[in-house]
Amino acid sequence: MDLVETDDVSRHFGRRRALARVSLGFRAGEVTALVGPNGAGKSTLLAVLSTLLRPSSGQVRYDGRAAVAWGDDLRRHIGLLGHDLFLYADLTARENLEFFGRLYGLGGDGRLRDRVARALAEARLEDRADDRAGEFSRGLRQRLALERALLHEPRLVLLDEPFTGLDDDSVGLLAARLDGLRRSGSIVVMATHDFESADGLVDRVVAVRNGRTRELPPGAGSLRVRYQAVLREAWA
Amino acid sequence: MMAVLRAAWLVAQKDLVVESRSRELAYTTVFLAVACVLVFAFALVREGRAPDDAPAGILWVAVAFSGTLALGRAFERERQAETLRALLLAPVERSAVYLGKLLALLVLMAGVEAILVPVVGLLFGAPVSRAPVLLLALLASGTVGFAAVGTLFAAMLVRARSRDVLLPVVLYPVAVPVIIAGVRGTAAIFAAEPDVAGAATWLALLILFDAVFVTLALWTFAPVMSE
Repeated sequence: MDLVETDDVSRHFGRRRALARVSLGFRAGEVTALVGPNGAGKSTLLAVLSTLLRPSSGQVRYDGRAAVAWGDDLRRHIGLLGHDLFLYADLTARENLEFFGRLYGLGGDGRLRDRVARALAEARLEDRADDRAGEFSRGLRQRLALERALLHEPRLVLLDEPFTGLDDDSVGLLAARLDGLRRSGSIVVMATHDFESADGLVDRVVAVRNGRTRELPPGAGSLRVRYQAVLREAWA
Repeated sequence: MMAVLRAAWLVAQKDLVVESRSRELAYTTVFLAVACVLVFAFALVREGRAPDDAPAGILWVAVAFSGTLALGRAFERERQAETLRALLLAPVERSAVYLGKLLALLVLMAGVEAILVPVVGLLFGAPVSRAPVLLLALLASGTVGFAAVGTLFAAMLVRARSRDVLLPVVLYPVAVPVIIAGVRGTAAIFAAEPDVAGAATWLALLILFDAVFVTLALWTFAPVMSE
């Protein structure tokens, strides 16, 4: 998968409009940040891209094909790190990864064991692999959840607030992971409030407000300054 | 088809591992079921005899109450860290998630019934060993019907604010034919003059309900969970 496009996508929850005619393209090897205030529509856009939510109107195309044309197999190419982490507190770190690995068909010939070992190493959780996820701090769970989302090597990587609960070292690990994903040609879209952590890690920035999107033009200054300039000029 | 069954088994296996660690559902459902039977025993049994057909009705009331408790909590677990969304993102037919949840719930309810049936036999003097295969078939098919429709409703209500209140409200009107068929079939076995042919007729009806409910649930689960 090299290109994901939203074509006039709107999404309503009852009378509330979460997304309004969003048309964007996300390309392979590109990390895009969605920034904006709470309730702006960032997580809704990620949910629509992930196929968890259907657009009320418009459509999403994956390599030019609608989700329906791909069928269930489309989800094999998608990895989502949700704000709620999607981990079972009563399963160990290893069991969580093995369960989702098997669900994605990674079992057999030691392939799953190797992937899980690699994921635990990436998350630096080898020594906590057999501890229950519920016993981890938020930061450790965040690192485990990221590896869970990437275990099946998805082409479209969707990250909702990936910096939450991470210390400086873990932010460094995430930055290295994002760089690796970029170099491997994945499409990365992340929603974040953390301008400082995201600054310098992303190739494109899209501001989201009241369900509408506006791409930040490249320019000098920090991500926060550029975002505030767009807020002033475009949404004044 | 094999991929769906494989994924369903993985989901069920995961649920059973989680339950074996917390034992939260097992303890609470068994407690509720036994408490329910015990209260009715004190209320209805006089000089070691219960009114005709009462044991059958109480057995199924206890199954329905404990099953409802298990249904709500089974999906509450998936809601806590939004793991239901992760299951729905897996590259398998979404009906596999439904089947997996249903399978795990059936194992749990079978465990509860294994305790419940001897307790009903003991407290009400019900002849639970008179036609064991037929009784087992009635319980199995009734539980499948109840859990099939309950699993679908519990999944649909997982994001509703009043889900604990709403689940019995929407579940019981639909599941009531299953419970009635279960009660009548069991009463036919427990009667002073057992009616095996009558029980078999009720069993056939339960199997028909199962086929309808499971088919409808498999058909509607994916569209319902996409919104």
